[in-house]
Amino acid sequence: MSVKPEGNVMTSSMKGAFARRFLASAAATSIAAGSFFPVATPAFAQEELNALVWCDHTDPALIEPFEKANDVKVNLKDYEGTGAALSILEQSQPGDWDVLVIDGVDVQRAVGLDLLAEIPADALPTADIFPEVRMEANNTKDGKTYAVTEKFGYNTISYDKTKVDPKDMQDLTMIWSDKYKGRIALYDYYLPMIGLVGLGLGKKTAELSDADMPAITEKLSAMKKVSKQVSDVVSSQTALATGEVDILVGGGEWITAALSGEKPNLDWTVPDQGAVRWAQSIGVMKASKKQDLALKFVQYIVSPEGQARLATSSCYWAMPANTKAGDHLTDAQKTALRWNDQAEYLKKTQLYPIPSAELDQKMQDAWTDMMQQ
Amino acid sequence: MSMTLEQSEQRKAWGFVAPALAWTLAFFVVPFLFMVAMSLWSRQSGAIVRAWNLDNYLAFFEKAALFKGLVNSLEITLIVTVLSVVLAYPLAWIIAERVPKRFQRMALIMAVLPFWTSYVVRSYSWLLVLSKNGVVNQTLMTVGLVGEPLELASNRTATVIGFTHFFVMLLTLTIYANLIQLSPNYRRAAADLGANAFETFWHVIVPLTLPGIMTGAFLTFVLCIGDYVTPQILGGNNELVLPQIIMLQLGRRADFPMAAALSIILMLAVTLAYVLCARWLKIERA
Repeated sequence: MSVKPEGNVMTSSMKGAFARRFLASAAATSIAAGSFFPVATPAFAQEELNALVWCDHTDPALIEPFEKANDVKVNLKDYEGTGAALSILEQSQPGDWDVLVIDGVDVQRAVGLDLLAEIPADALPTADIFPEVRMEANNTKDGKTYAVTEKFGYNTISYDKTKVDPKDMQDLTMIWSDKYKGRIALYDYYLPMIGLVGLGLGKKTAELSDADMPAITEKLSAMKKVSKQVSDVVSSQTALATGEVDILVGGGEWITAALSGEKPNLDWTVPDQGAVRWAQSIGVMKASKKQDLALKFVQYIVSPEGQARLATSSCYWAMPANTKAGDHLTDAQKTALRWNDQAEYLKKTQLYPIPSAELDQKMQDAWTDMMQQ
Repeated sequence: MSMTLEQSEQRKAWGFVAPALAWTLAFFVVPFLFMVAMSLWSRQSGAIVRAWNLDNYLAFFEKAALFKGLVNSLEITLIVTVLSVVLAYPLAWIIAERVPKRFQRMALIMAVLPFWTSYVVRSYSWLLVLSKNGVVNQTLMTVGLVGEPLELASNRTATVIGFTHFFVMLLTLTIYANLIQLSPNYRRAAADLGANAFETFWHVIVPLTLPGIMTGAFLTFVLCIGDYVTPQILGGNNELVLPQIIMLQLGRRADFPMAAALSIILMLAVTLAYVLCARWLKIERA
């Protein structure tokens, strides 16, 4: 996942969402390393911690308890897309950044660039994390841990249950059928979307290869023909909420969970063929001069309290990785997150593809071709 | 040996020019040269390979989707530029010629008022206006002109409307500035020579306001062809313009060499437009 949507009710949150999206776009465009967006901080903080994060970490409700408890100022910069994060890091001095939040599928990319420090295994609540999202293959290398999963969710089907037949949403092949022609929005991020198409074709996301690309390209083309738009998070959410479209392919709880109060007609499901699971990880920067403090921050984020706050962050909601976060969530929050359905969802979903650089290029080309049709 | 007056003047002139020159060198020439160099490198197996080659430029011509990005950009930009000129000229003319002097300032402020709104917010506002349940469709359906909502959003039409709304304001300013500088003697002379109102407008006023039109049109072209936000919000990604494709190279893969090559191509298109405008206006003689 590159960016997640707003987590507040639609009407009141949209303007803020637009503004944040604009800032995110401007940041991605300028890639101005070192220009932080600090959140509210204690008046007499002694130390500073610099974290390169996703927008959900910029919620003061998440950060302030850590700042107060440790008398530290946390400077946060949110970014859009791993490519932008790596560019920021390349243009920074070693030691500028202490903590990195990164797409779970890209942890090995960061480890390969020697960006992340090893985290002592006993420093993390690994046993409390949902087994399906521990993702040792992603977060560890040669038996050493470099990151820990902090939050996860699904790229699946979001829909307006008053306008479509919920039974149809259980079949993933609906996304390229004519039944809902012109009423579908496609989420504009090629990795999970190609993963979903693969699942619709009966392919495991982890096994997608060059040989699958012709069939995937054909289905992408079919999807484009029946869709109304291919859009980013805010535009997709707006289209679904305003009735411009009735189905969002690639959406999930992160699109609809926090809207459940104001827009009870919006729902999401995991089809019978399954769906794609995304996860975000957090780690300590190897070049950080504040290793202990950075690790303390990571430990706070994956603690039950930190996890509950992160799961319901103002930027977007999604499942916390720590099972014990449930003790700190209200029943309403758990319902919105579908807490009790997670066992089934985790069983039915697969992490989205982690292609080689060459296959990644082919997937991006296929996605670009689709949009130009 | 004492400095001659000419040498002293030259030194002074360089002193005045030096800061601007240094600024341009540091923030345009050097980054530009770096971007050219970057465009000649390549990204292979996830790493940037610093070996000179034309692979990125070749890929632009080989991959139809990339080339189509430039075609889309040019088509949309030309449509928007022509539409904006056609709409802005009468508006500027009315403000300059028909609105009483004391109200002209107010009229101009009213004309450019939408400039004061955030560009992003304005684009999203258009999305809400043009959407299936938006103001336009609701009005058309209420008065019975259409039975089903029209597809006005998430397509090229929406992108063109969003752009045109923005650039009409810009062109109105440049054309108005040109119109109010024209001496009334031109009209009187044309009338003395037997020209009617239309002939005066067509053969005298329009040629004299061409610099204003072309300046505004060129600015419209430059800003429109390089814009990423409006097509992203209003176009529904049903076609991509070149700036969107450039962003796509950076988002996940951080393919800076390809993004740099596409940016150079975009700059070439803008340079070509400038050369065409400059030649037509004979700016070099000014």
